[in-house]
Amino acid sequence: MRGAKSAKWVAGAIIVALAATACGGGNDGKGDSAGGKVDPNGIFSVELGEPEKPLLTGDTMESNGSAVMAGLFSTLVDYKADGSLEMINAESVTSTDSKLWTVKLKKGWTFHDGTPVTAKSYVDAWNWNANIENAQGLASWFADIKGFEKVHPEEEGAKPTAKTLEGLKVVDESTLTIELSKAVPYFAHKLAYIVFAPLPESFYKDPAAGGQKPVGNGPYKFKSWDHKKQIEVVRYDDYKGPNKAKNGGVIFKNYTTLEAAYEDLKSGNVDVLRQIAPKDLPVYRQDLGDRAVDQAYSAIQTIAVAFYADQWKKPKTVDPRVVQGLSMAIDRATITKTVLNGTREPATGWVAKGVLGYQPNAVEVTKFDPAKAKELIKAGGGVPNNKISIQYNADGGHKEWVEAVCNSITQATSVECVGDGKPDFQADLTARKEKQVKSLYRSGWVLDYPVNANFISDLFRTGAGGNQGDFSNKELDAKIAAADSAKTLEESVKAYQAVEKDLVNYMPSIPLWYYKVNAGYSENVSGVAYGQDGDPILTGVEVKQK
Amino acid sequence: MGRYVARRLLQMIPVFFGTTLLIFLMVYSLPGDPVAGLFGDKGASPSTLAELRHKYGLDQHILKQYWDYITGIVLHFDFGTQFRNDRPVTEVLGDAFPVTIQLAALAFAFELVFGIGLGIIAGLRAGRLADNAILIFTLLIISIPVFVLGFIIKMVFAFQLGWIQPNVSNDQLLSEMIAPAIVLGGLSLAYVARLTRTSMAENLRADYMRTAVAKGLPKRRIIGVHLMRNSMIPVITFLGTDIGALMGGAVVTEGLFNVKGVGGLIYESITRREGSTLVGLVTVLVVVYLVTSLLIDLLYAVLDPRIRYA
Repeated sequence: MRGAKSAKWVAGAIIVALAATACGGGNDGKGDSAGGKVDPNGIFSVELGEPEKPLLTGDTMESNGSAVMAGLFSTLVDYKADGSLEMINAESVTSTDSKLWTVKLKKGWTFHDGTPVTAKSYVDAWNWNANIENAQGLASWFADIKGFEKVHPEEEGAKPTAKTLEGLKVVDESTLTIELSKAVPYFAHKLAYIVFAPLPESFYKDPAAGGQKPVGNGPYKFKSWDHKKQIEVVRYDDYKGPNKAKNGGVIFKNYTTLEAAYEDLKSGNVDVLRQIAPKDLPVYRQDLGDRAVDQAYSAIQTIAVAFYADQWKKPKTVDPRVVQGLSMAIDRATITKTVLNGTREPATGWVAKGVLGYQPNAVEVTKFDPAKAKELIKAGGGVPNNKISIQYNADGGHKEWVEAVCNSITQATSVECVGDGKPDFQADLTARKEKQVKSLYRSGWVLDYPVNANFISDLFRTGAGGNQGDFSNKELDAKIAAADSAKTLEESVKAYQAVEKDLVNYMPSIPLWYYKVNAGYSENVSGVAYGQDGDPILTGVEVKQK
Repeated sequence: MGRYVARRLLQMIPVFFGTTLLIFLMVYSLPGDPVAGLFGDKGASPSTLAELRHKYGLDQHILKQYWDYITGIVLHFDFGTQFRNDRPVTEVLGDAFPVTIQLAALAFAFELVFGIGLGIIAGLRAGRLADNAILIFTLLIISIPVFVLGFIIKMVFAFQLGWIQPNVSNDQLLSEMIAPAIVLGGLSLAYVARLTRTSMAENLRADYMRTAVAKGLPKRRIIGVHLMRNSMIPVITFLGTDIGALMGGAVVTEGLFNVKGVGGLIYESITRREGSTLVGLVTVLVVVYLVTSLLIDLLYAVLDPRIRYA
């Protein structure tokens, strides 16, 4: 009797296990049941984490807040998929010398509270965002503008000596001029960023309220923010821009995990996802059919060299050939396919896809060639101690590929390689900032503006914000300065392309791979596309009639 | 009795200060700077960092920070504000606790009813078929990790049968909480059943039970009053401490079912170095533990007439 009982239990367990595995293929059918008629006032939902900070134009730098802000605010310009500019709130942005820029606004635009958008709305907003007393995280974006150091001194505890940026002038209602401290040929591209959005008069009376209930000039109007649950925005009917919303509004839904969001997508409770959890990556293409999204966006993963570490500078600065060798010892194609489930694409240079000046196969050092790798390391004098480590944050899903990269390097060159995991991103950043990285560290970069300068100047110039490995080279600095002072945008982009090719001679970092958007959407919506920053383009989404 | 309660309440004061100070110091000593963490790979100018540190009082000495924090709580019931989004911590706690209490109460009711029920059945039929079946069932639950149990429930009831929604929606309806409550209470249910079964089976052979039977009392009274009252003492002890665990330790279950409760908030506060939020959460949980343990001690006296509190 007892034997029979336990046999039943075993059978029961098998049934449960089968039920669990059989669940993959539920939703294979295409969305032909919805009839396909578009409801212009339909509201759809997007998976989104809780924005880390208040919704301020000068302080929204993580992806959750940015996705909401992109709907609420329109900037002067925006960029298309190939990196070229499209005028949004601006009629024109012109300059003859890349130093003095003239912006003319389109007339008749209003904020969501009904007040007009004027040149002053822009200038005041920029002055407020740049001021050190408001401690806005994106203030450094105004550093190109004349008089920035007076409004935002660099040193700790210094007080500002001016309240407004000297380089900004309101000419009339719809014209403003921007004077830069030096020529920046690609400045117009920077204007697409959220920090350059205008703010209404009402904002300055109570900036804290402005961060909770932002009033913008974008295609969507803020409706409500139920913290950690959802944010609701509705279409702004008086919107004058070219990117008017094709739907009635958006609900941003908060999920505790990506797995939960994916399940809700399958059961129709959320319409658009921005990311798929690692667990679901192997099955999502099969689950969603042509509603699965798999698209490159402009971000790159690299392994940067901590040049201040004893390993690389004593007794003498490391030969770039050693780093070249390490780079060629990494089998990117296999690792992206297997360990990363095809969510990344092997990099062929330092500049990511989708930005102006991206050149396919820019450099040779990203090719996997164990023999050449060994040769280069030997020619460069070998890796000091014949041992390297790669620092990463263990909370970001990096462990697996760091180990794979290490194995690849060790197998190809017999250089010993270990991962150096920090418990979380905070600890990782602190170690980088306090210059405690022992050898190499993981580094990622998402585009700020779609010009190749962003992936070179902001990472490898001496003292640049993203240059945390203390890389410094006078020759390269001079080349960057020359590219920055080029007369036109095209010439500058060309010059930076040359610099990118030249980077192999310095090897400040090892490019690994470009990021891809792995996402999906429900049968309720169509026209879902993703921008270069990896976020869905809200205004283009069409909701099907129910 | 009154004096005993008063003494226990007074003892809570040093425990309260001790735990909050310990947690405060622990958060402080974690590696990683909460302000620098705001900026990621791009970094920020030293002046911006200094300005932010000043704004949140992080430039003060740690003990001064703790003093300001505690006086805020004690005098104004002000738990401070979060670094990142400037939300008052009381508001954050006010959002997280109701849903957690709902979830914990459901899970608690579930383990109470089914745990004790199964335990009684097994205890009264010790060694027989029902006892063995329950033994296998409880062992199975104990051996399955929480997230596996959660996935199985989701797969079967949400995706295969379509009876429930896979996740808790933003309306947080009580009916949506049933599945997570079963997963959350499952493990404790098994423990409660085991505990009840053992102590019942043991007490069945006690002298006072034989006396009760010899006196000719009806069976319902023997089991319901004489046996149950004595057998419940270890079970109640476990249940009492479990309330706190259900509230604070539901990180995995909450994450699985998209419940935005205390467990997830604790995890988030640690990774973001939100000291004030974390201490606020722990303070509330400590109070919950203290109050339940006091209640349990008082319940002992009700259950066992030999225990008296002067």
